[in-house]
Amino acid sequence: MGKELMRSPLGRALGLGSAKHGVEQWRAERVTAIALVPLTVWFAAASVVHMNSDYATAIAWLRTPLAATLMVLLLTALFCHTALGLQVVIEDYVHSGLKVPLLVAMRFGCFALTVAGILAEMRICSGV
Amino acid sequence: MASSTPQRMRPLSPHIQIYRPQLTSVLSIANRITGVVLSFCAVALVVWLISVAAGPKAYSTIHGFIRSWFGQILLLGCTYSFFLHLCGGIRHLAWDAVYGFELRAIYTSGWTVVVTSAALTLITWTACMRFAR
Repeated sequence: MGKELMRSPLGRALGLGSAKHGVEQWRAERVTAIALVPLTVWFAAASVVHMNSDYATAIAWLRTPLAATLMVLLLTALFCHTALGLQVVIEDYVHSGLKVPLLVAMRFGCFALTVAGILAEMRICSGV
Repeated sequence: MASSTPQRMRPLSPHIQIYRPQLTSVLSIANRITGVVLSFCAVALVVWLISVAAGPKAYSTIHGFIRSWFGQILLLGCTYSFFLHLCGGIRHLAWDAVYGFELRAIYTSGWTVVVTSAALTLITWTACMRFAR
């Protein structure tokens, strides 16, 4: 059924209903989840292999184009998914005036960690 | 007028605490708790990457912590949280695609998540022991 059929003419005229972009966050959480399935499994498997690696071996692995690419993709998808997940948790349990500052701080934290992680990976690639 | 109304807490209807925990409700909250735990693991991942970028000294400090008994317990918790959230997440994606909503299917997939995540944790740690030698 078309969504316009579900709405009354008055409701349409008054602009009632959802904010029209709520579904995007829900969808982004799922899309990042799908991306994270191969990325996290790759990292978990690589962690097992490099469990006892010395510094030189670990850095040589992180410098390979495949590992560097996947690491940046992992960081991006991971913190996007984390931010969306934590947002729902905060919205569900924090009802005080702390809610909005907490949401903003969490977002800032996720952005900062993404940037820090990518910069660390770039520094590893360019030779410490 | 409004000030004459006595301020008191409104009665609340019984909430989740009166219900016996079921597989469905336990897995639902477990998915959320493991998600929060994994947020901390994500921070740890960035700390580890920064330690690699910082040089051999920072790297050996971090690895010394990971190899300590406390680090190993944390890592085991992270591993199980990861696999539980991964398997639970795949179950949620199936639901989002409108698969497996019958009560039977919900319980089958629920127990599959519990058993698979435990098995994957066991397999991962067995593999770790092998590579650690």
